[in-house]
Amino acid sequence: MKYDIIVVGGGHAGIEASHIAAFKGHKTLLITMNKKNIGDMPCNPSIGGTAKGIIVREIDALGGIMGRIADISHFQIKMLNNSKGPAVRSLRAQADKTTYPQNMQIELENTSNLTILEGTVEDLLIEQNKVKGVVLQDGQKILAEAVILTTGTYLKANVLIGSENTPSGPHGEKRSNYLSDNLKKYGFTIQRLKTGTPQRIKASSIDFSKMQPEYGDNTYWTFSFDNQASYKINEQQKCYLIYTNENTHKIILENLDKSAMYGGYVTGIGPRYCPSIEDKLVRFKDKERHQLFLEPESLYYDEWYLQGFSTSMPRDIQEKMVHSLSGLENAVISKYAYAIEYDAIDPLQIYPSLETKVIENLYTAGQINGTSGYEEAAGQGLMAGINASLKLEGKEPLILKRNDAYIGVLIDDLVTKGTQEPYRMLTSRAEFRLILRHDNADLRLREYAHNVGSITEKQYQNYQERQQKLQLGEKYLQETKLKITPEIKEIFLTNQKEVPTITESLYNLLKRPEITMDFLEKILSIPIDDQTKEELEIQIKYEGYIKKTYKEVEKMKKLEEKMIPKDINYQKIKNLASEARQKLEKIRPISVGQAARISGVNPSDIAILSVYLKKEYNKNE
Amino acid sequence: MNTTIAAISTNNIGLGAINIIRISGPEAIEIVSKIFSNKKFSQAPSHTIHYGYIKREDEVLDEVLVMLMRAPKTYTKEDVVEINCHGGSVTANKILELLYEKGAVPAEPGEFTKRAFLNGRINLLEAESIEDLLEAKSENARKMAINGVSGKTTKLIQELREKMVGLLANIEVNIDYPEYIDELQITKENITPVLTEIKNELEKIIEESENGQFIKNGITIAIIGRPNVGKSSLLNALLEEDKAIVTDISGTTRDIVEGELLYKGINLKFIDTAGIRETNDLVEKIGVEKSLAIKQKADITILVLNNNEPLTKEEQELLDSIENQKAIIFINKIDLETKLEKVTTSKKIIKGSTRTKKGLEELKQEIINIFSLEDMSYKDLTYLSNTRQISLAKMSLQTIENVIEANEENVPVDMLAIDIRESWENLGQIIGESYEDELVDNIFKRFCLGK
Repeated sequence: MKYDIIVVGGGHAGIEASHIAAFKGHKTLLITMNKKNIGDMPCNPSIGGTAKGIIVREIDALGGIMGRIADISHFQIKMLNNSKGPAVRSLRAQADKTTYPQNMQIELENTSNLTILEGTVEDLLIEQNKVKGVVLQDGQKILAEAVILTTGTYLKANVLIGSENTPSGPHGEKRSNYLSDNLKKYGFTIQRLKTGTPQRIKASSIDFSKMQPEYGDNTYWTFSFDNQASYKINEQQKCYLIYTNENTHKIILENLDKSAMYGGYVTGIGPRYCPSIEDKLVRFKDKERHQLFLEPESLYYDEWYLQGFSTSMPRDIQEKMVHSLSGLENAVISKYAYAIEYDAIDPLQIYPSLETKVIENLYTAGQINGTSGYEEAAGQGLMAGINASLKLEGKEPLILKRNDAYIGVLIDDLVTKGTQEPYRMLTSRAEFRLILRHDNADLRLREYAHNVGSITEKQYQNYQERQQKLQLGEKYLQETKLKITPEIKEIFLTNQKEVPTITESLYNLLKRPEITMDFLEKILSIPIDDQTKEELEIQIKYEGYIKKTYKEVEKMKKLEEKMIPKDINYQKIKNLASEARQKLEKIRPISVGQAARISGVNPSDIAILSVYLKKEYNKNE
Repeated sequence: MNTTIAAISTNNIGLGAINIIRISGPEAIEIVSKIFSNKKFSQAPSHTIHYGYIKREDEVLDEVLVMLMRAPKTYTKEDVVEINCHGGSVTANKILELLYEKGAVPAEPGEFTKRAFLNGRINLLEAESIEDLLEAKSENARKMAINGVSGKTTKLIQELREKMVGLLANIEVNIDYPEYIDELQITKENITPVLTEIKNELEKIIEESENGQFIKNGITIAIIGRPNVGKSSLLNALLEEDKAIVTDISGTTRDIVEGELLYKGINLKFIDTAGIRETNDLVEKIGVEKSLAIKQKADITILVLNNNEPLTKEEQELLDSIENQKAIIFINKIDLETKLEKVTTSKKIIKGSTRTKKGLEELKQEIINIFSLEDMSYKDLTYLSNTRQISLAKMSLQTIENVIEANEENVPVDMLAIDIRESWENLGQIIGESYEDELVDNIFKRFCLGK
């Protein structure tokens, strides 16, 4: 049996990788340990969030399916950061942990060219540093031109609760025992990472009357650019906000040595942004309380997720901790919180295309690359799928730049800086975030997607139509002038806005800080759809800031365009600082721009490198 | 950097008792060995001094001390040799020529420092400060240059950046963790005081730095006035030498005459200009145009009036023209009969006489006062000391001012963050710090978040 592409792992990265490879016409095999776990959400019951919601839209723009499936599988959705400005708005949906995986499985089953197989991959077939297939636990060999590893937290995973240490994947699933050892044998650097998940609580045992409810938005939203919303606003579920208290803190601090983390039972490095509750108490001693959220996991079973309370304490202490919380005095814990340790590779060993430097035609995506989060995994899976396909097609890889997408920032950070903890996307990691907005993901990426053949003609048309709407809308705003009649003057005055002294176009009026599209609509009805209106308002109102960002992009591009030849010998460049030489040797950046972002490579090293490149490679200029 | 460079490193060739010729590069020791009489030199240990003669064939050019410094503990991190020869430009230049004959190449201006930078010996800020040190014109300027090297400027800027990153980290946390309402929420109101504080501190640094520029480069003072009011006499009296040609024929100074003096540690550079009047004399006309240009370029203007003559229309025009710039009015010839009526001006008037030397000390003191430099020369000189640094600081300030204005106009916080970040990065460039993860690290250091 021979496939074009084999994807190992049916999590969020594996789904996107296998789907897009099959969509692009390659005979694809997805190998998973358990078919029923495809699309499983082992941790928080939400898709999206700050920065992550933008990634979901980028995935959609590039032909991925996460957004589309989330749109039909959630029971609450809201736009975060509405008040903080357009650059950082982001969607978050409370996805149903029952229907989301189900809908994913249906989607994959209906994808042509895609076969799904249950099995555990424990080794790779390699010839002359090129991957040729995989070896299953039972010794069966399956051949393929390219392999994408999306193994999540399953490599040599250990689950930790207090001093208990069980070799197991999440929720008692099987783990892969030998694959990471074999990868090490082939030359990969293996690092041990840690993450954790909080308790699940029986809904019937929760006293919600003591908690502060949190609602979904009153506006319809979809992640996908191609779908209409299919939910009902008033049928959205509530989440709840609660706080830790003095008693909770006392219980935790008194039992600190019993936790896996502080008792010294964990060797993996946990993420700073996702600390256990005991970490939070130790690191922020002065805080009197910590916020926690209760979120329903599914409409089809009776469990709530206690966000913010992740811990590696033993079960008896967890009982006490949970019962100390207001409204959870009589709570029944259906699943205890645990920490999980797993093997990952050093992402400095992969190219921006996500192909590994160690073995040709082998790609990696998701937690194996040291990231955290469903969305980060899916984004990488999609790119690995696209690039493995392009490689088989004999084409150049699609490498998104830092000014193209959050996915570009994510991958560039990983392959340039590596990571010592599970990497989570944050808006603050994206220096050009003003142009990487949720509303323009399709405008940024659909052209690329069309070029590499990862979207349908219909999806491309949707994008073209939207561009047309934007052009027409802008023309309308420029050509429509507002004459200040006494009635209109009155509207300005009652809304406490400065009255324009001359007849102005709507376009110019929108440039004023205090004039919004909403306000203009009080005066005249604007024949533009809501999505286009939002886009135009941002573009017009923040034109100055947007231009500034593009100027910065240009600066970066200049360095980005200075390519470093693949065969460069860093030993031959005199005067490089030895740390810089080592790092450059290891990471082998593709451009001077990427080199400049490596920590430990200083401006003087970049100057020396540039001079060398000019001297050695542009002699005839 | 495979070449070996050589240059005379001491300034003002011919003035000092000795000259130092510096040679740096892979062949520095070999080249010097070829012309140095001391045969043990090439094998000698690093950082030692050797006595001997510099010879061209058999001809002795000079009796010298030669310093040997092997890489990497040298200024450029390369092999460095320094020849201390006798003063006067002739000998030094002969030795230099000889070095070039033996394989060294002339160093471009600043090339030693450039190599030090490229070899990772010093960072950009230090490179700039060393340039300043080499060009220092007075003790105060020297102090300022040294402070740059020792990182005092760096500390000042770091503190300011620390404030900015604190604010940024807070904004970012609000953005990335919107549901964590327990953390301080940055609002239009609570952001203003922080920004204002940053703005004030930046302004202070810039103002002191600009005044610091005067310490480093000296103050250029244009002496202007109608012909024959005593401009050249004033210059001579100030310099106590007959540098300008002084006659009582109007229009004698047809070109520009300059003179420098060191007053309280500050280099004062006076420029005597041709008298300003309508003229048909071609040579004089060029002189007048030149003096008007000088007046524009000078840091401060002294307008000289004659106590012995009534104010002319031209003089009234000059008085008006200096109203909006730094200027002092010197009324000369008060030892003669007063024919000058009361002068209306906002500028300080000093009365005196170039003949009796009255008022001259007061005039010099007033120049220093106007730039508030006297206090400064006793203070720790910690400001930015070159134009690149100052202009980066100014850009940084401009951006912060934009943020304050935008905040007043209710521009959302994510836009403000763009400018605060830019400002913070500009300051980072001054001190050569550009650690990208600084911000993310700060977020996690300062705030407690997560599932």
